[in-house]
Amino acid sequence: MPNFIMSYLDSKDAMTPGGAGSQFWALMYVLIIFAGVSVAVICMNWIERKVLAHFQVRLGPMRVGPHGLLQPIADALKLMLKEDIIPAEADQFVFWVAPLIGLLAAFTVYTVIPFGPSQAVSDMNIGILFMLGVSSLGVLGIVVAGWASNSHYPLIGALRSSAQMVSYEVAMGLAVVSAILMTSMNVSGTGTLSMIGIVQAQQQQGIWFLFKFFPLGLIAFAIFAIAMVAEVNRAPFDLAEAESELTAGFHTEYSGLRWSLFMLAEYASMIAVSSIAVTLWLGGWMRPFPNLLHAPAWDFIFSLFPGLTFGGLAAIALIGTARMPAHSFFKIQRIGLAVFAALLGFLALLLLVIAVAGRSADGSVAARLNEGIGYVYWFLFKVAVFMYLFIWYRATWPRYRFDQLMKVGWKVLLPISLGVLILTAVVGVIVS
Amino acid sequence: MNDRSHLDLETPDKTYLDSNELVINMGPQHPATHGVLRVILKLDGEKVLGTECVIGYLHRGVEKIAENRTYTMFNPYVDRMDYCAAVSNGLGYCEAVEKLMNVEAPPRAQYIRVILTELQRIASHQLWLGTHALDIGAMTPLFYTFRDREEILKIFEKYCGARLTTHAFRIGGCQYETYAGFEKDVKNFLTFFAPKIDEYEVLLTTNRIWLERTKNVGVISGPDCIALGVTGPVLRASGVKWDVRKAQPYANYKDFDFEIPVGTNGDTYDRYLVRMMEMRQSMRIVEQAVNGIPEGPIMGKVPKVIKPPVGEIYHSIEAPKGELGYFIVSDGSTQPYRLRVRPPSFVNLQALDVMVRGLLVADVVAVIGTIDIVLGEVDR
Repeated sequence: MPNFIMSYLDSKDAMTPGGAGSQFWALMYVLIIFAGVSVAVICMNWIERKVLAHFQVRLGPMRVGPHGLLQPIADALKLMLKEDIIPAEADQFVFWVAPLIGLLAAFTVYTVIPFGPSQAVSDMNIGILFMLGVSSLGVLGIVVAGWASNSHYPLIGALRSSAQMVSYEVAMGLAVVSAILMTSMNVSGTGTLSMIGIVQAQQQQGIWFLFKFFPLGLIAFAIFAIAMVAEVNRAPFDLAEAESELTAGFHTEYSGLRWSLFMLAEYASMIAVSSIAVTLWLGGWMRPFPNLLHAPAWDFIFSLFPGLTFGGLAAIALIGTARMPAHSFFKIQRIGLAVFAALLGFLALLLLVIAVAGRSADGSVAARLNEGIGYVYWFLFKVAVFMYLFIWYRATWPRYRFDQLMKVGWKVLLPISLGVLILTAVVGVIVS
Repeated sequence: MNDRSHLDLETPDKTYLDSNELVINMGPQHPATHGVLRVILKLDGEKVLGTECVIGYLHRGVEKIAENRTYTMFNPYVDRMDYCAAVSNGLGYCEAVEKLMNVEAPPRAQYIRVILTELQRIASHQLWLGTHALDIGAMTPLFYTFRDREEILKIFEKYCGARLTTHAFRIGGCQYETYAGFEKDVKNFLTFFAPKIDEYEVLLTTNRIWLERTKNVGVISGPDCIALGVTGPVLRASGVKWDVRKAQPYANYKDFDFEIPVGTNGDTYDRYLVRMMEMRQSMRIVEQAVNGIPEGPIMGKVPKVIKPPVGEIYHSIEAPKGELGYFIVSDGSTQPYRLRVRPPSFVNLQALDVMVRGLLVADVVAVIGTIDIVLGEVDR
């Protein structure tokens, strides 16, 4: 077994497990990603509640664990223990299968997300197409859930969701196409639909597509950034579950674990669409300024970032420990937070050691590990920025109305994205 | 109200999955109906064809209770009608009974009443703003307004010991002298609150989504408002300059210099702007009052047992939500023979159907929010 693992780590040409035909590693990646996304969703749950709370001058969860750190676990336990009601009037089978459709769509997308040049399950040559297609399937789960509930509010929510998808997917698709056009500006002159290929194209051209043909790339990115919020039904486009209008929209009749599957799917697809945006416009796994600051010293400095991030988190946790009230009630919480800080600190130390040990790009295990961690870190860092933005949007904006959303989709975003697409093509031809 | 013929509720006996109209129940348990309002919506897709409000889920028979209580005993009950503006309710009731007995509260009491009532107006508008914004999907203003409303409630608590159902005033004046530091607290609040209104406005007034969601939504014309008896900010947003504080000054409002904000379009956005400006005007009034508060007694010459002479009286004040009137018939005993309340929320709610016809479901919650109803007052 160790030999097997090492053989993969040592392979000189970077390849995805799918590409290398290694079923074992593909399976491992799938498991890692499934576990990782689930954990990320749990973290996201806590972060969203905390960040939203601080936007809104309140504290958020504070009781379950230090600073509410165990709240998501408590929530998950509660949801699992809750009675799982299927309404008598509902279409039992479809009602049962609907959350699974959403979940499946949200998680399948991760097979082609490139966390690094070889840190992906598979490098599909139609990756972006596959991703858009599968992530749009998520809406099927919502529509089916609303239909199967056999109730008015879910039905309206489901209809809204489908109308929303229809009006946003087109603009979103066109924005993506303009990014794909940019990939054909390579030396070879051939474009690609592969997710890894798209990032590599940005690497070759030495520019994030965000800044390519300024401001065309920026506009296309902006359109995608708007459309992706609508795609995952988040504020200000959370019409399908508009709490104040439709009580809970499409999942009104859902409860317990089945309801939590919808939540899981929502957060998973939030991460997924953010990953698309990062891959297409923000240089995917590339660290910032790879072309401007390309000296090995800079490589080393940037490779310290993962360790420093965890170190910062550990420091925040430590400060939290120190600031805990002196009352004996907080004793266990303080110990818990200190242990948490120690764990983060240990991780930080580990990452820093790897960064120092693998600073020379000599192909050693440490160097390869360091490289891989750097890729995954920068990818996740960029995704995290989007996740923060999602929360920020939710705290700031009122909700769009159904017809206004369609108006924005069809009358504003679609013409702009078409124009950007045409201009990108024209500029591309002129430049090449 | 019971005539449902205009709704034609019986039509869809088939399932809702064919293209017939859809009749759905909004409430009484619904996040956006501000309590227990039940609205029967008749929809074509998302378009509202008609509405019917079903009320009474919070009916406590306040008017009947009044007939079995002495005038003094009934005073705390009025706080429970519009529980978001208890001070205003109390002012209206006390003044009505005073008018019936032909006594007047001393000047110092009048000033205290005006200060507290205007603070209550600000608090009520804050609550309205927060919930209204929440209905439209903006979560954050709710928490900002509640944070700032807390300062007003603290003043109430220090003054009379209660935060919500204050029972601040008595027939003939006020029971409590102001506490030491009352004026300082009020002045502090004014300086604290002025930038906070700007903060709310930064979040909403020029927000594109807010504008789209509120402009030309729930439009009602001035004549329509008058025909329906709508009062308060809703009426003023439609361009009718009617404010009981100016039209039939009560308490000592004629001593103060303030303006009545008026809208032009009568849409949800204008109602929003009118209420925002009203908060600023209330601050002006409070500032003048707290600077000019005279010394003197706080209780007029009122007998221990209140026995108004035989007669009837209608007295109305400008509550935060509109004209709040009390009609009292006295048979000369210690208890009212009949007491009728004209609650602004109840009357304004009638305008809901006029406002939302032809709009979408999402607008219904916006309009319910903009009318600013409190179900305790609607149902009494």
